[in-house]
Amino acid sequence: MSYYKPKFRHPNLPTNELGYTVADYDGAISTLCAGCGHDSISAAIRNACYLSAIPPHRIAKLSGIGCSSKMPTYFLGRSHGFNSVHGRMPSVATGASVANRDLIYLGVSGDGDTASIGMGQFVHLIRRNVNMTYIVANNGCYGLTKGQDSATADLGSISKYGARNPFEGIDLASLAVLQGASFVARSFSGDKEQLEPLIRAAMAHRGFAFIDVVSPCVTFANHVGSTKSYSATREHLDAMPIDFVPMREEIRTQYKEGTSQAVTLHDGSIIHLHKASEDYRADSREDALMALQAAHGAGKVLTGLVYLDTNSQDLNHTLELASKPLNSMGKDELCPGSRVLNSINEGLR
Amino acid sequence: MEATDTTNPEYFHKVVDCQYACPAHTPVPAYIRLISQKRYTDAYLINWESNVFPGVLGRTCDRPCEPACRRGRVEKEPVAICRLKRVAADFKDEVADLLPKAGPPNGRKVALIGAGPASLTVARDLAPLGYELHLYDEQAKGGGFMRSQIPSFRLPESVLDEEIGYILDMGITTVFDTYVDSMAEMLTKGYDAVFVGSGAPRGRDLPKLPGRQEADANIHIGINWLANVAFEHTREIGKRVIVLGGGNTAMDCCRTSRRLGGEDVKVVVRSPFADMKASPWEKEDAMHEGIPIFDNHVPREFVVEDGQLVGMTFDKVEPVYHPDGRRELVSTGEDPVFFPCDDVLVAIGQENAFPWIEKETGIRFTSWGTPIINDDETFQSTRKEVFFGGDSAFGPSNIITAVAHGHKAAVSIDLYCQGKDLSKRPPPDVTLIGQKMGIHEWSYDSIPITDERKIVPLEDLKRSLNDRMVEVELGFDAEAAFIEAERCLNCDAQTVFTDINCIECDACADICPTSCITFTQNAPEDELRKTLMVPAENTEQDLYVSGTLPTGRVMVKDEDVCLHCGLCAERCPTAAWDMQMFLYNTTKATPNLVHVK
Repeated sequence: MSYYKPKFRHPNLPTNELGYTVADYDGAISTLCAGCGHDSISAAIRNACYLSAIPPHRIAKLSGIGCSSKMPTYFLGRSHGFNSVHGRMPSVATGASVANRDLIYLGVSGDGDTASIGMGQFVHLIRRNVNMTYIVANNGCYGLTKGQDSATADLGSISKYGARNPFEGIDLASLAVLQGASFVARSFSGDKEQLEPLIRAAMAHRGFAFIDVVSPCVTFANHVGSTKSYSATREHLDAMPIDFVPMREEIRTQYKEGTSQAVTLHDGSIIHLHKASEDYRADSREDALMALQAAHGAGKVLTGLVYLDTNSQDLNHTLELASKPLNSMGKDELCPGSRVLNSINEGLR
Repeated sequence: MEATDTTNPEYFHKVVDCQYACPAHTPVPAYIRLISQKRYTDAYLINWESNVFPGVLGRTCDRPCEPACRRGRVEKEPVAICRLKRVAADFKDEVADLLPKAGPPNGRKVALIGAGPASLTVARDLAPLGYELHLYDEQAKGGGFMRSQIPSFRLPESVLDEEIGYILDMGITTVFDTYVDSMAEMLTKGYDAVFVGSGAPRGRDLPKLPGRQEADANIHIGINWLANVAFEHTREIGKRVIVLGGGNTAMDCCRTSRRLGGEDVKVVVRSPFADMKASPWEKEDAMHEGIPIFDNHVPREFVVEDGQLVGMTFDKVEPVYHPDGRRELVSTGEDPVFFPCDDVLVAIGQENAFPWIEKETGIRFTSWGTPIINDDETFQSTRKEVFFGGDSAFGPSNIITAVAHGHKAAVSIDLYCQGKDLSKRPPPDVTLIGQKMGIHEWSYDSIPITDERKIVPLEDLKRSLNDRMVEVELGFDAEAAFIEAERCLNCDAQTVFTDINCIECDACADICPTSCITFTQNAPEDELRKTLMVPAENTEQDLYVSGTLPTGRVMVKDEDVCLHCGLCAERCPTAAWDMQMFLYNTTKATPNLVHVK
């Protein structure tokens, strides 16, 4: 689309604790279709990182192939990035995470990259509880190849060519809960009020944080009959709002007893959840699965933080790996020499 | 807030800050775009239709447009609008054949008293309609204060002659070298209407200051002295000159003195430097010519020795600003200051004076000596066939204001002569046209460049001080003019929002470089201003509010620092946003005087 974004910014743009404006978290101008839900997600990621005052150089963006995986170019232009092979981003993320545990890993994938070609890698990423945020921009179609149904397309959804999808779609959020993910959320690209705090909470969470974001394909799936269009998603939305309060900020908002729940993350920040019902518990896998299935049965799109385990243990701890990044170690630490090797070998005899 | 009514042309008019601030509402961005396309003649014609004297104003305008320019809120400096106007005048081709001619006589006769910018504008606007126009002035040539007050080193006579000539060539009957000394007599001459554009011709004096009478030979009233220089009655001045006053006339007096033999010329003014009435650039130009400005000095006495002026004493003061906005100049208690001098020029203001308008004409005046006028739309006096405009209507102002008065008075005169109601005025001529040429192409250069404001080159100081006829400013060359023109943000390319098309994808709010667009719950204006992506603190700029969208929210756009880059419309999948070119031409007696494609 557009080639160039003017350099001028609002002269009164506010700054975060680091002195950065939100524009300091911008990337290159998007080449996705005008009105693509993915651009909204990019903006939500940008805003979330700005609001959480994360230094851009502490973030690594990872992606595979697809419209979704082009996204990292369009936000956080001063962060690290790795655009990997189709569906193989989880391997790269796992390797990066164990090599440098100090960076914040942000994976961006799509329904094809995750639910089709990358499905095998995806479930193992969850199983290993790699410390990262994994966002799926889910539009239910292959937008980059003219809009064929993807594996997450809903049963009965009508494609742009008029064909009805005969298969049940893969529900990535249910799958993630079932597979043992420690943070599972669903959201909608058109609801930044919910998406931004979710991304902030996911980035503050220790362990694997998964967000399935319904992101309408404005070119191939925004017509009448598509279940993932802007209007259909809005019509069927059942949103559980969320607030994210970082550790350093005081809590200002008062919440009504019963319908909200405060959860403290390992870094001291607090998530306020506005639950679907009074007896809903975000720390219960059973409740999460029930709620997702019930909403699906009722033709609703339940959004919000559906499951959270604050006591999760990530891969680095499980495997008792080095407590600091490999790049901060000297040659002697990384390669202690034959004397140490010999003593290890001796210990195994 | 209620949804913005964009069908009222005044909403988009206000978005074009420069045009809105211009008293004559010249379509500034339109002519600047033509300059960037090297269509200088067309740029000139658009100017000429609106402000009648592009070459004159491109050198001398008070530039109300520039402080209003949006670019000044986005970066350091506004677009050099005034000097681009001069570019259009400097680089245009022959235009005489492109200008309107006098229309077939309509049998009506109008007298215009005073041949300054107001009367000339009335003449220009009425001539194509076939009016017989008689233009009276006491000088030998037309132009009024443009000729007598503005020195040649700022405005060459050739430029003035050319632009006055375009009007006089429309069959205007000139009655020059004739001082009109009786309105009563004028009213007996069978005119259907009389327009008074005689200016504010009386320069203020300091009659009661000690020494005033004794030193009279070396004390001159600024505007009279400038006129004498312009008409070459005065050719020299003493080596040491004090200029009293802080307005543009004072700046012209001191700079003219430097060219007539003044070596030690200083400006002494009562008010603080920042409060001086002179335009900042005119103060800079004076100081550039080695003229110091002493502020906070109140005249105390003309010092005379042996019947000869030897200097002046001043009391030093400092300003005290009261909470109600009132300023008081309070003595510092220091001893008076003495500045020696040979001549003093008094440029401390002008007043209206109508000794030639008799009481029995029924034309009544306010206690400040200005005529009682119906309102600032009709310019009709208490005698229904007599109209006022320019400085003579409301006191001293500037050329562009006089032109604006002239347009309105001409409309009134035309309505009056047709026996129509003066309050039922024709609407402005407005067009709003989509500019989309492709997926990311607009018919204008939508992405603003980051170049800083270009500086106008000046003539060598020594050479310009030696000859008062040498123009100081050299004007932009074509290359500088192009860059300066490209700095314009095209504020007339309006962001037009159609709420029924919006699917609330947020693409516009996400892409907007200056964070102007927010989708939010509606609220009263003060609350809404605080809740936007960046709070809208500039309350002079409007909020553009849509109708309620499907999610119950509204689109709110803060017009303040919109770059008119078109990205909102480029990123909009449903064409809810469109960039539409807005052309607003104020009501004139003769519409469509020029034809520009």
